[in-house]
Amino acid sequence: MSFAADSLDRRTFITFCATMAATLALPESYVPAIAKALQSAKRPVLVWLAFSDCAGCTESFLRASNPTVSDLILNTLSINYHETLMAASGEDAEALLSRTVGDDRGRYIAVVEGAIPTKDNGVYCTIGGRSAIDIAREVCSNAAAVITVGACAFFGGWPASRPNPTGAVGLQDALRGLKVINLPGCPPNAVNITATLVHFLTFGEMPDTDAQSRPLFAYGTQIHDSCERRAHYDAGEFVDAWGDEAHRKGWCLYKMGCKGPGTYHNCASVRWNDGTSWPIGAGHGCIGCSEAGFWDENTPFYRRLPDVPGFGVQTTANEVGLGIVAVTATAVAVHGVISIVRDRLHPEPVDPPPPSAGKS
Amino acid sequence: MTRIAIDPVTRIEGHLRIEATVEGGKVADAWSSSTMFRGMEIVLRKRDPRDAWLFAQRICGVCTTVHALASVRAVEDAVGSNPPLNARLIRDVIAGTQYVQDHVIHFYHLHAFDWVDVASATKADPAAASRLAQSISAWPKSSPGYFQEIRDKIAAIVNSGQPGLFANGYWGHPAYRLSPEANLVLVAHYLEALDWQREIVRVQAILGGKNPHPQTYLVGGMAIPIDPDSQAALNFARLDEERTILESAKTFVEQVYLPDAVLVASHYPEWFGYGAGHKTYMAYGDFPQPSGDVSSYRFARGIVRYPNEAGVDAFDPAKISEYVTRSWYAYPDERVGLHPSRGETNPTYTGPQPPFEFLNVNDKYSWLKAPRYDGEVMEVGPLARLLVSYAAGRPDIKNVLDGALRTLKLQRADLSSTLGRVVARALETQLMSGWLLEWHDELVANVANGDLAVHDGSRWEPSSWPAECEGWGSHEAPRGSLGHWVRIESGAIANYQAVMPTTWNASPRDARGMRGPYEAALLGTPVADPQRPLEILRTVHSFDPCMACAVHVLDPDGGLVVRVEDDAW
Ligand code: SF4
Repeated sequence: MSFAADSLDRRTFITFCATMAATLALPESYVPAIAKALQSAKRPVLVWLAFSDCAGCTESFLRASNPTVSDLILNTLSINYHETLMAASGEDAEALLSRTVGDDRGRYIAVVEGAIPTKDNGVYCTIGGRSAIDIAREVCSNAAAVITVGACAFFGGWPASRPNPTGAVGLQDALRGLKVINLPGCPPNAVNITATLVHFLTFGEMPDTDAQSRPLFAYGTQIHDSCERRAHYDAGEFVDAWGDEAHRKGWCLYKMGCKGPGTYHNCASVRWNDGTSWPIGAGHGCIGCSEAGFWDENTPFYRRLPDVPGFGVQTTANEVGLGIVAVTATAVAVHGVISIVRDRLHPEPVDPPPPSAGKS
Repeated sequence: MTRIAIDPVTRIEGHLRIEATVEGGKVADAWSSSTMFRGMEIVLRKRDPRDAWLFAQRICGVCTTVHALASVRAVEDAVGSNPPLNARLIRDVIAGTQYVQDHVIHFYHLHAFDWVDVASATKADPAAASRLAQSISAWPKSSPGYFQEIRDKIAAIVNSGQPGLFANGYWGHPAYRLSPEANLVLVAHYLEALDWQREIVRVQAILGGKNPHPQTYLVGGMAIPIDPDSQAALNFARLDEERTILESAKTFVEQVYLPDAVLVASHYPEWFGYGAGHKTYMAYGDFPQPSGDVSSYRFARGIVRYPNEAGVDAFDPAKISEYVTRSWYAYPDERVGLHPSRGETNPTYTGPQPPFEFLNVNDKYSWLKAPRYDGEVMEVGPLARLLVSYAAGRPDIKNVLDGALRTLKLQRADLSSTLGRVVARALETQLMSGWLLEWHDELVANVANGDLAVHDGSRWEPSSWPAECEGWGSHEAPRGSLGHWVRIESGAIANYQAVMPTTWNASPRDARGMRGPYEAALLGTPVADPQRPLEILRTVHSFDPCMACAVHVLDPDGGLVVRVEDDAW
C-alpha cells in the first residue's frame, strides 16, 4: 500500500521527503530514494512498547507533521501494537503483539518508551500479568531494529534518579548486548523520531550515531553551539533576573542555569511543534534532557553550570564570555568533564532476572 | 459466573487492569488495579523546590502542564511568592488549551471506538454520510466526495491485511448501534482531530517553548518575557498568532466535537442509565488562581451528593484520607485512613509474581491507594465539576448544561452515568474554548497598558524563604481535582505529596470494603459477550483514566509531614 498515491498529493509527499532529507542532513539527491522506500507495497510493521513512562513520548510522536500524523500512523506504518492508540484491548491486544513477534520475526521495528524497573522481580510494572523486562526481552530480541524514545528508555529517566525507588534502568542496561538506537529527550522531538524511521526504511539501516547510540543528525551538535543567543554569550550579555531588560531582549540564559553547554540536541535548528519555538527561544534555559543522568547531574537546574560540583570549571560567566577562544576551551572542558562524570555515575548494566516460573 | 481480566486496558494513559465477574449478562463485581509504580515523591525529596515542577510535570505526558502548575502553586504558597497577573493569565491559557486538546483527544482517540464501529464505516454511503454531517453541523468538510475519499482510505487499511491500529477491535459487536454513515462521519473526524490536536498545542509552544512538557514555568511566575518591542519576547505578533489558533480551536469544538458528542449520545440513550456509581461528586474549583476569593472561581468548589443534587456541601481538605487496606502498601493500622499530610508509604507487593493470570482480589490488588473524603468515595472530573458548579449557581455552566439536557431530552439526574461523563466533558470543552479567548484578551489588554511583569523575584532566592515552610497547590486538571503538598526545610524539599484525579476515580476498595468509583460504576453494566467486554470499556473509558498520574507514594518515613491549613483552602 502506498501512502503517497492515495492520501497525499504528490507535492505534499515530495515536500515531506525533502524535509526528511534535510533533517537527516542528506543531499537532495536522496529524495527519490526516500520516496521510493515509503511507497513499498507492504507497510513496515512497528510495535510500540510503553513501560514505566508518562506517555509524553507518545504524545510527542503524535505531534508529527509532513506527513500528517494520521497518515504516518495509519498509512505509512502498520502500527500493530501501541497501548495508547490501538483499538484492541486485553487479550486481543496481547494477541496482536505475540502474532507480530511470531509472523514478522526479524522484520518489525520495536519502539520502547519508558524505563524498566528491575527491582523485586519487576513487580513495579506489569502488563497483561507479565513484567516489563520479560516483554522487552521477547519483543526486542526478535525485532529488525530497536529504537528507544525518551530519557526513561535511554537511561531510566526520572524514575531512575536518586534514590531510584524501583531499580529503573534504560533498555540498553536492562538487556545487555541488545543493539539499540537511542532517541533521548524528555520527550524527544517528533521530527527526529520520524526522520530516524524514514532513514531506516530508506536505507535498511539506522543513521550514524555517537558512542551512546544517538543519531548524529539529531544529537551531533551542542545546543550551545547552535543557539540563537550565542552571540550574547560571546559578548558577555547575560540575563540576570527573570523578566529583566536582558531577558526581554533575548540575551544569554547561562547565568539562569542554562544547560545548553554540554547538551547535544538539534532543538535550536529544528525547534518544536512545527518550528513554533523551543525552550531557550521562549525564555527558559535548557535542562539538558537528551543527556544521560541529567535529572541528577544537571540539578539544581537554576544553578549556573560552572558551579555544579565536579565540573571543575572555575571560570565565571563574565570571564568565559570575553572571547571565543575561552568559550571553545570551556565548552570542550565542560563536555569532557560531563562525559567523565557520566561514565563514573552511569549504573553498571544489570543482569536480566531469570525467566519467571509458570503462570500462577 | 465468568471471571474476566482486561489487561492492558488500552486507549488510556498508563497501565490499568480491570478484573470482573459476569453473571446473567451483567457485571456482578469489579476490581480496578494499577500495575505500575515509579515513586515521584521519593525522588523529589532533598531537591531544590524550584526544580520540583520540572520533575512533577513528568508524572504524566498526556496531562502535561497540570502537575507543573500544581507544583509551582504549592511552592509559591509555601515561600510566599505572588506571580504577577501576566504570569497567571499565561498559565490559564496554557491550562485551558490543555483541556481543549486533551478532551478532544479523549473523545476521538481514546473513547470513540467504544461507540464507533470502524468496519461498519467502510460500508457507508458517502452521499448519506454527507447529508448526515450537514444536518448536524456547518463544518465545511462534509461533501460526498470527502466522505468517499475517507471511506476508501479506511477500507484500504482495514482490508489490506495490515489493519494496524484498527486490528482486533470489537467490530461487529452487537452493542454497536450507529449507522454506517454515522460511523463514517465519526471516523473522518477521528482522522481530522489527530491532525487538529497538533495545531492547538502550538499555543503551548508559543508560551512554553514546546509541547509536550512546556518549559517556561517558574516558582513566582513564568520565564517567557513580554515585550511589544522585542522579537525575542512575547509580542503582539505572537499574541495574534495565538488568538488565531484559539479561534479556530473554538470553531472545531463547536462544529465538530460537540455535534459528534450529541450524535453518539442520542444513539445510545440507555447508556444514561448505566455507569452511575456512588453519585458523590467533588471539585476543588479553579480559574482564576491565585485569588483569595474562592467564590470567584469559574469552576466552583464543593461537594454534591445525590439525591440532594441542588445542594453544595462545603469542602474541607482536612477530611481527605487515604486507605491502603487493599493496596500494595503497609500501614501500622490498616483499618484507618491517613490524611495525605500524615501519609506513610511502605511499598509491599503481595500480589502474584509475574507472569500471572489473575490477581488475588480478596487481598491487596493495586498500586493505587484509596482516597476517601470523610470516609466517602468521591468521583472527580468534568461531570463532578459541572454538577458542583451548576448547584453552586454558576450562570454560564447552568446555561450550557440546561441547553444540552433540553437537546437530549434528559434530566440532570441522568448525567450520573457513563454517557453523562462524555457529555459533561464536551460541554466544559465548549465553555473552556470561550474562556480561553477572554483570558487571552485580558492578557493583551494588560500588556497594552504597559504591564510587562512576568515574575515575582522577591522570593526567588532560597535565602528569602523561611527556614521551614509548607504549602499546597491545587488545580482542576482536565481529569479532575489535583492537589500537591510540599514541605520545605532549609531550602530543600523535606516532603512532597500529590493526590491525583485518577487516584480518586480508579481507587481500589477501602477498609470498609467500599468500592472505588470505577468499580461501583461497573456494577450492573451489561456484557453481551464476556470474551469481548466492549461495554466494560465504555464505562471505564468514560472516566478518562490516567494511570501514570494516579500512582504516587507518600513519605516513606511516615510521621507528620504537612499540616494543611483549613483557611488556606
Ligand atoms: S548558555 Fe544557553 S542561552 Fe546561552 S548561548 Fe549557550 S545555549 Fe544559548
